[in-house]
Amino acid sequence: MSEKIYSYTALFDTPNDIIHAAKVVSEKGYTKFDVNTPYPVHGMDGAMKLPTSKLGFVTLFAGLGGAALALLTMGWMMGIDYPIVIGGKPYFPLPAFIPITFEITVLLATLVTVASLLFFFFKLPNNKHPLHDTNYMKNVSSDKYGISIEAKDPKFNIEEIKSLFESLHASVIEPVYYDEEELNFKPKIADPKFLGFLAAVAIFVSLSVYLHMNKVLYMVPFSWMDEQEKTIAQESSDFFDNGSGMLTPVEGTVARGFIPYAFKNKPEKAGKLLVNPLLPTKENLELGKNKFNIYCSPCHGYLAEGDSRLKGSFPNPPSLHSQKVRNWSDGRIYHVIVEGQNVMPSYSYQLSIEERWAVINYIRVLQRSLNAKETDL
Amino acid sequence: MSSIDYTQELSVVEGRPPLRSIDDIISKPLDTKPDKKFYIALAITLTMLTIGGLGLAASFYWGTGLWGNNNPVGWGFPIVNFVFWIGIGHAGTLISAILFLFRQKWRTGIARFAEGMTIFAVITAMIFPIIHTGRPWLAAVYLLPYPNQHSLWVNFTSPLLWDVFAVSTYFTVSFVFWYIGLIPDLATLRDRTTSKIKKIIYSITSLGWRHSNRHWQNYELTYLILAGFATPLVLSVHTIVSFDFAVAILPGWHTTIFPPYFVAGAVFSGFAMVQNVLIFIRKIFNYEHIITKDTLEKMNKVILLTGMMVGYAYSMEFFIAWYSGVQPEVFAFMNRAFGDYAWAYWIMFTCNVFIPQLFWFKKIRRSIPIMFVIAVFVNVVMWFERFVITVTSLSRDYLPSSWAYFKPTLTDASLLTGSFGLFFTLVLLFTKSLPVISIAEVKAVVDGSQPTHEDH
Ligand code: HEC
Repeated sequence: MSEKIYSYTALFDTPNDIIHAAKVVSEKGYTKFDVNTPYPVHGMDGAMKLPTSKLGFVTLFAGLGGAALALLTMGWMMGIDYPIVIGGKPYFPLPAFIPITFEITVLLATLVTVASLLFFFFKLPNNKHPLHDTNYMKNVSSDKYGISIEAKDPKFNIEEIKSLFESLHASVIEPVYYDEEELNFKPKIADPKFLGFLAAVAIFVSLSVYLHMNKVLYMVPFSWMDEQEKTIAQESSDFFDNGSGMLTPVEGTVARGFIPYAFKNKPEKAGKLLVNPLLPTKENLELGKNKFNIYCSPCHGYLAEGDSRLKGSFPNPPSLHSQKVRNWSDGRIYHVIVEGQNVMPSYSYQLSIEERWAVINYIRVLQRSLNAKETDL
Repeated sequence: MSSIDYTQELSVVEGRPPLRSIDDIISKPLDTKPDKKFYIALAITLTMLTIGGLGLAASFYWGTGLWGNNNPVGWGFPIVNFVFWIGIGHAGTLISAILFLFRQKWRTGIARFAEGMTIFAVITAMIFPIIHTGRPWLAAVYLLPYPNQHSLWVNFTSPLLWDVFAVSTYFTVSFVFWYIGLIPDLATLRDRTTSKIKKIIYSITSLGWRHSNRHWQNYELTYLILAGFATPLVLSVHTIVSFDFAVAILPGWHTTIFPPYFVAGAVFSGFAMVQNVLIFIRKIFNYEHIITKDTLEKMNKVILLTGMMVGYAYSMEFFIAWYSGVQPEVFAFMNRAFGDYAWAYWIMFTCNVFIPQLFWFKKIRRSIPIMFVIAVFVNVVMWFERFVITVTSLSRDYLPSSWAYFKPTLTDASLLTGSFGLFFTLVLLFTKSLPVISIAEVKAVVDGSQPTHEDH
């Protein structure tokens, strides 16, 4: 025959026979042989002289890796990246992390063990193996016990093996050949059919993701959270006598903390008459820094140099380190915070009076840092 | 009695069938066209599933206001159903993993089926917490830690999040375990099928398994490792489910007995469910000699044992409530037994604690109709147990002004019906598409299938 021989095989009828055969074959010094049985036969590993499996180590490391990964991720997320105090627990509440750590350990250990078992230890999937679709395979997957010595074995000799199998009382003895067609088969990546399939999958996936994220989620009933039966500030409402959904303050009253500003449209006067009541103490500066970073820094930058973080979606403000602003009195800056200036809106609603002065103190510190006095040096 | 030889293990499979006939009988449902009985059963389960589907569609369209959930009973049916179904799943893992570690060979006949039921029960269970979020299409956004614009993460210290991880890990590991067990069987099917399409499907799914002993060695080790992992996993899952309750400070929930109590209850109801379904399967597919009466009897013993553990937990809860001297605890339990929900409590107590006691009698343990009825009771009543725990405590919380009575609605009922429909539809399809008994494992325990090592 022109075909290349893969192995020589023998089939046995009882588990005792196959154990005996495996023992004899391995004692004769064959190494590249395999036993195929419909179920694991006890004692076969010893008979074949197989070394103990190394798979346990894979599991051990995967499990330890899973535990470390879970603990570090949770610790980082809840303690470092976005620390929140929950139920008065510390930022790294180990007992509360244990359940998830356990689950991730088991999950990772299982998946890695099974994946390495199938793909690394067994080199599966492999439907091209020469033993497939042979009479031998059909029998060992049901009720026979087979042994197969590969042609790659250094001691491979057809006549010797044949007589060995005969002396062991095998019921069937036959060779297994490589399938020429499969031997010469090479998968083509550039196959137009395959490429077309890939393209179809890509189009389908991107289209359905697009439709889902941009259309479906805005359709009824998914959009019903947007339309709620509540009164929004500018809407009319039958509830109050005046038909308005929003109530205005009672005439002649002033809300707490909202004393009317006395210098409307009078920046110069404000600059002259308003005096900063706060001393630049550590607390005040901390407060000012905090509020400045929240309310002013998006446009003016953390160092007030006018390096806006809004990436051009709002006009860049000038630096607050200019000669002009440095010469302004505290009251003049206060006026800008209360009234805004040109495109800059008012911040009187976001900042209490005390906070405004604290911000101004902080701006002074920033200015001093770039234009230090000689006495500072 | 003296004639029994205790040094000899009992046969797991009756009558020493030849190995090839095991292939034949187990793959028979896969090779034959389904009969009328199958279609009738499928029609029933699909109807139930449709009822559930309608309920679900209505809940999505009009909102969860259709459910009986109110303030303070915000958990209502969805969480009761969730705990119930997760519990059903636990029997499967117990049979396939824990009994495997204990070398209980009688499990081989029922392990595959029980594992399948685990997977289907967990699928069914997972639906409920997800729809309970109200907008399930956004559930992934609430439940998973992923980098987002708010730079917020999920709360890893919350038992509800532990649940997300526990249940999804449980599902994944059960599925992998199940699939690993299926590979050799799929290879056997591949080698015996005559249909071309089936051959392709089995070739792909069996990954080209060759029954090689070099593979069996690692395979068996992996199976052992997976069983070793699944065992603590299954205990952890219901423990964590019980944390959903026990970590809250509500009277009647805030107790340390919950984890073991929940696990015992899960095994209790799960075994009852597996026993019920197996009784049908062995009859319909003629598996009486593989799923033997001995096996069913052993399952009944487990039901008896776990039933008593549950009964102990019920009593101990009461004792501790009194012994602790904490007034709200005492009230919570008095209210359970004598309050608005006393009917549910006493159904639960009698059926769970007293009825399984009948299994002390060997005759009853071995009588198919009686054991079937008892197990049905156990199932129904274990559902009530979860109802009692969830609803009685919530409806009487610390703030008397917010007390309310929980009444389920028609939509609730339809969702519960639908969950049974889904579960049994999956079970039915499973019986016709995959071997419901592990071929390789059964062959390995048939008498005479292992070498006697005479030549030593
Ligand atoms: C939305 C962006 C924005 C924010 C936030 C903002 N500003 Fe401004 N600010 C501007 C712009 C733009 C100008 C320049 C306005 C003009 O054209 O006169 C300006 C001008 C100023 C000036 C006058 C500078 C000059 O040279 O005329 C001061 C002082 C000032 N801002 C202080 C503040 C303080 C204090 C805060 C925080 C409470 C703040 N700004 C928050 C955009 C902003």
